[in-house]
Amino acid sequence: MQCSPGSQSVLDAGGFERLLALLRSDGFVLVGPIARDGAIQLSAITGIEDLPRGVGDEQSPGRYRLRPREDDALFGWAVPSQPWKKQFLPSRLDLVHIRRKGSALEVEPAAAEANPIAIIGARPCEVAAMRVQDGVLRDGPHPDSDYAARREAAFVLAVNCGTPSGTCFCVSMDTGPRAKAGFDLAATELMEPNHRFLIEVGSDAGARVLERVAATPATDGDIAAAADLVAGAAQKMGRALDNKGLTERLLGNLEHPRWDDVAERCVGCGNCTLACPTCFCTNVEDSSNLGGDVATRTRTWDSCFALDFAYIHGGSVRPTLRARYRQWLTHKLATWVEQFGTSGCVGCGRCITWCPVGIDLTVEAGAVGEARG
Amino acid sequence: MPMRIGRAGHDIDGVFTWALEPSAPFAFEPGQFNMLYAHGVGEVPISISGDPNDFSSLHHTIRVVGNVTEALAALEAGDEVGVRGPFGSTWPLAEASGQDVLFVAGGLGLAPLRPAILSVLTRRSEFGQVTIIYGARSPTDILFRAELERWRGRFDVTLEAIVDHSGTDWYGPVGVVTRLVAEAEIEPEYCVAMLCGPEIMMRFTARELEQRGLEPSQIWVSLERSMKCGVGLCGHCQLGGTFVCKDGPVYRYDRVASKLLLRGL
Repeated sequence: MQCSPGSQSVLDAGGFERLLALLRSDGFVLVGPIARDGAIQLSAITGIEDLPRGVGDEQSPGRYRLRPREDDALFGWAVPSQPWKKQFLPSRLDLVHIRRKGSALEVEPAAAEANPIAIIGARPCEVAAMRVQDGVLRDGPHPDSDYAARREAAFVLAVNCGTPSGTCFCVSMDTGPRAKAGFDLAATELMEPNHRFLIEVGSDAGARVLERVAATPATDGDIAAAADLVAGAAQKMGRALDNKGLTERLLGNLEHPRWDDVAERCVGCGNCTLACPTCFCTNVEDSSNLGGDVATRTRTWDSCFALDFAYIHGGSVRPTLRARYRQWLTHKLATWVEQFGTSGCVGCGRCITWCPVGIDLTVEAGAVGEARG
Repeated sequence: MPMRIGRAGHDIDGVFTWALEPSAPFAFEPGQFNMLYAHGVGEVPISISGDPNDFSSLHHTIRVVGNVTEALAALEAGDEVGVRGPFGSTWPLAEASGQDVLFVAGGLGLAPLRPAILSVLTRRSEFGQVTIIYGARSPTDILFRAELERWRGRFDVTLEAIVDHSGTDWYGPVGVVTRLVAEAEIEPEYCVAMLCGPEIMMRFTARELEQRGLEPSQIWVSLERSMKCGVGLCGHCQLGGTFVCKDGPVYRYDRVASKLLLRGL
């Protein structure tokens, strides 16, 4: 059938498998969710047999469990334990090799990886997070060329959300549960009366792939079922964040006692920044070979919770956990807006789930600025 | 981009200045910085301390404070060093045109101000009164002393220096730099002040200048933060909603004052 951005069609499970196979044959490395070690993780996959069939998840502050589902849904969980950002902003990346020859230095760019990836099953909040990172790493005056190249080459198959978890609040952040933009194809997985996917086309690239899969046109019933599923998900948000006046409230209360309170609970581990799909801070490490003539500069993920993150001669600019937590939360929810015109939070809830002491961003953001009771 | 060290000279204890030799003309604006790379050790942001009208020689004045600056200090004339830049915002020389200019430098803060001072002196007739106030810890810590004495000898520049403590070798005033700011001859409505030094020194100097009648929007400061990339991608240098590497290092004081007055921001 003819496909174009905005058109909707239906694939059964076999059709979905054909879609993945086609992406593979087009040269994409498929990266998707798998169930491993008791968690939904992201991994290279070969087809739908790798996807987490019949698995759901339970998430609450500091808690994550998989549970069996009563059906064979492949996307019957909320968000994976890991964010997708690693696909575009690798946790370790060699930037350059610098060779010393006598007193001279020769700079050789580190080889870039070749294979484009196809994102299989990113949630709408995660697709929104990619666009937030685009704003930081690609769309400014000094784009990160490695990020831009990986992003440009990638194919994004989003899967709309029918099963939010107890830490989800995408509705508050207006990023889900239905993907509105930023994808090549967006699927909604329907289980009744038969297992099928409503597929929405988001780009020409998506249309070209879908045309080759022999999808059937969506019926009104399919479209209504998908709309019901997403509407139901919107009603099942585990959390809410009150965005109204949030920037002003946070930045107007930088000395609020709640910062001391949260600093007593925060252990400064940085899990939230690793689990966050938008946190982009990086460090650069230097190493050299044993002879000392070839040095390598390696970019690694960093966290504003690390004591040496803001170190300058004489000490850290943010020596206390209070200052570091405040930096993270105010950046995510307030100064990000100043810098990039969007919130740095997409409401995926990972920072809440994966905080070892269960600190809840929505609760902390709500409490800062409140009169002491 | 590798660049050859043409000259390496000792300034004061723990501080040295390089004249680098760019392979192509290197243009920068006063106040900007480069990322300097020591092979296998790391990269640090260092202000440019030379004359912006000299495209063939790039000056950096560096204090040894950590691993990277220690490795840089071990290099000699003829060695190559990695240079990325120039990055960052600039001293407001266009805004200052036609106005009196007040430079207040503390310690090594004279280095980032030097390109601005040299520009103003090159185009001396475009400006009104030019005053330079310099504070150092002790007489032996006075940076660019010979040059300061030359500037002090000019009839069209007022230069005052003060030290925190001294021995018998110092005939000038002793105390903090704000004392000289309090005594400086300035006409508040026609003055642009450019401050560089430790943050606490700039805060107190700005406070003194405000008491003298300057608006915070007439005061400019240069800040220092941890930086890895220099272009707003690594996140390290954030100060509130700004990135010191690209929105700074030079800021109009009214845009950062509230941030500097808060601990740990």
